[in-house]
Amino acid sequence: MARNMDPKKCPMPSQDPNVRNKNFDEVALGYTYEMAVSEARRCLNCPKKPCVSACPVQIDIPAFIACVANEDMEGAYKVLSASSALPAVCGRVCPQETQCEGKCVRGIKGEPVGIGRLERFVADWHREHNTETPVKPESNGHKVAVIGAGPSGLTCAGDMAKLGYQVTIFEALHTAGGVLVYGIPEFRLPKTIVQKEIDGLKAMGVEIMTNMVIGKVLTIDELFEMGYEAVYIASGAGLPRFMGIPGESLKGVYSANEYLTRINLMKAYMPHSKTPIKHSKKVAVVGGGNVAMDAARSAKRLGADEVYIVYRRSMNELPARAEEVEHAQEEGIIFKTLTNPVEVLGDENGEVCGIRCVEMELGEPDASGRRRPIVKEGSEFVIDVDTMIMSIGTSPNPLIRTTTPGLETNRHGCIVTNGDDGLTSREGVYAGGDAVTGAATVILAMGAGKNAAKAMHEYIQGKNK
Amino acid sequence: MFEIVKKEHLNPTVAKMVIHAPFVAKKAEPGQFIIFRAYEDSERVPLTIADYDREAGNVSIIYQIVGAATMELDTLSEGDCLHDFVGPLGVATHTEGLKKVCVVGGGVGCAIALPVTKKLHAQGCCVHAVVGFRNKDLVILEDEFKNASEKMVMMTDDGSYGEKGLVTAALERLINEGNAYDEVIAIGPLVMMKFVCQVTKKYGIKTIVSMNPIMIDGTGMCGGCRLTVGGETKFACVDGPDFDGHLVDFDEAMRRSTMYRDFERHEREEECNLLNKEVK
Repeated sequence: MARNMDPKKCPMPSQDPNVRNKNFDEVALGYTYEMAVSEARRCLNCPKKPCVSACPVQIDIPAFIACVANEDMEGAYKVLSASSALPAVCGRVCPQETQCEGKCVRGIKGEPVGIGRLERFVADWHREHNTETPVKPESNGHKVAVIGAGPSGLTCAGDMAKLGYQVTIFEALHTAGGVLVYGIPEFRLPKTIVQKEIDGLKAMGVEIMTNMVIGKVLTIDELFEMGYEAVYIASGAGLPRFMGIPGESLKGVYSANEYLTRINLMKAYMPHSKTPIKHSKKVAVVGGGNVAMDAARSAKRLGADEVYIVYRRSMNELPARAEEVEHAQEEGIIFKTLTNPVEVLGDENGEVCGIRCVEMELGEPDASGRRRPIVKEGSEFVIDVDTMIMSIGTSPNPLIRTTTPGLETNRHGCIVTNGDDGLTSREGVYAGGDAVTGAATVILAMGAGKNAAKAMHEYIQGKNK
Repeated sequence: MFEIVKKEHLNPTVAKMVIHAPFVAKKAEPGQFIIFRAYEDSERVPLTIADYDREAGNVSIIYQIVGAATMELDTLSEGDCLHDFVGPLGVATHTEGLKKVCVVGGGVGCAIALPVTKKLHAQGCCVHAVVGFRNKDLVILEDEFKNASEKMVMMTDDGSYGEKGLVTAALERLINEGNAYDEVIAIGPLVMMKFVCQVTKKYGIKTIVSMNPIMIDGTGMCGGCRLTVGGETKFACVDGPDFDGHLVDFDEAMRRSTMYRDFERHEREEECNLLNKEVK
């Protein structure tokens, strides 16, 4: 097997930008078999494995890539699935440039190995070729509860089920998947892929109860009374933040959560959907994260002529994945960086007709290490838009915090956990994902679910000795 | 799936359904709401809980057939199932320590006002009920209100039943007759609640209103149900749906409630056409 010394990654085949910005089909089409094998042969299989240390779930990356290079795709899948419950998802949505690929030795003099693209290829190959259904592990007679069927909860449930636990996931919405179904759009993560992963968990014996809002219909204490020996809280990020500027209650101002939930969970992009969404002409999305990119690109696909990303820092500070920013630019999203809204303007019907903005410049670094944006005096200007989408983060959901005595939360309302294992201030209660960290990434939430599963297993074993 | 145990029409456009939902029934309290989806591809629709029976595991909803979603709901009959039914959501109405309360209900809002009326009555509070409807044909729950209150005043817009006039007139008269209410609870159309609050503000009587804004998830995630209350952004789904009516920005809430009016009108016509076809 000859090593591939091409300094560049094999490019990802994708839909043409001017075609895809009018449909909701997946943008990136995935490597072919030949592309995957060739890209895998770029890996140097270096002994220090810096990529693995940068992976929140510590996938043995060189090992799975070696399998791909040797055309053993099922072997590669086995390596992936030993560490990750959702490889088809992570291959698509992880910020690889700041994790595995950011540490890749090939990246020093050229481009790193396309680890994310290979992960996706292997997971997709497995899904298309595998005929075995997952086996239900033998029960160990213990019950655990997981709150929230998003990436963190699903990961924890999968690991616990593999260990023989009887797992029940309580999901507030009518569909399992959390942010993977209500937040991330179809064109970035097809929902059939998420469903397939969930079906796999169900085949392993995981029970998913939808329409169950814990904190309301049942409390954590009642879950213990029902015989669950440990509880994992993975209830997600919570309520959208607004800027507190005049005009935010005008018609046509959305939170990104609402906009994306209408489109993704409620399928408002489909012609006969019963959930309404505004079909805007000119849209401003405020914020620079992945959610902002998703909202902007969705607005474009719904037919908007002009879509702006309005971000108060510069292109260099955008928190979104590099690929999402590139894709957004290719699709015609206009980046108004170093710009901050100060007022939403409305017409006589109470509809949005513009946003008044100020220009910003970057000063000294703030607590986050990023340079603090400062208003340029006398720089006010107006952007004409009929819709404004706020994508500036969330604050934690109060439902569990306020109904669980003794559960410690910090001043932001996030659940406080002890170290990496997710133990909260209550015995047997673990937490992870956005409910603990505030809005973060899918893979960090999965890593937390994984660590918590390990700790919950040790706790229950210790208790039953 | 959630079975419809019983369905009855209370008037030509208002119906009641009793739904088997034991988890919800166990925890439901007056003032809380549920979200249902009639079918797998239906919209999520919030409705305030009208009644509950913990032992039988049933929750009642009362709905007015106004738009596509409620028309679709009304196509289901006893024995059919709702695809989704989640709750109880929101904060229950506070009733502790209240000695004398006037409950003001308007139209189908009376369905939501009844459970709190019953709860107050049962805990020994003196309850006066003022209920208003457009005309005699639309009157619902009259006996239930009579049985759960010391005094009930029936108002109709056209005078075809009870007294002619608005609920605000009856409320103001009761206040002027010397009734010292600890609190007024007003549940009905936004415009009614707004004017009830104007009356009670004048007399300095604390007033609780039940808000029913556009909502999607109902669990504190989407932010669609936001309201301005006392100058702050509040979310009806987790902070409400009850709020201090003297602090609510009703004009803003009324504006926001019309966000999808054109879409709703269109959907309603589509649903009507669909139903007409089915009849033929």
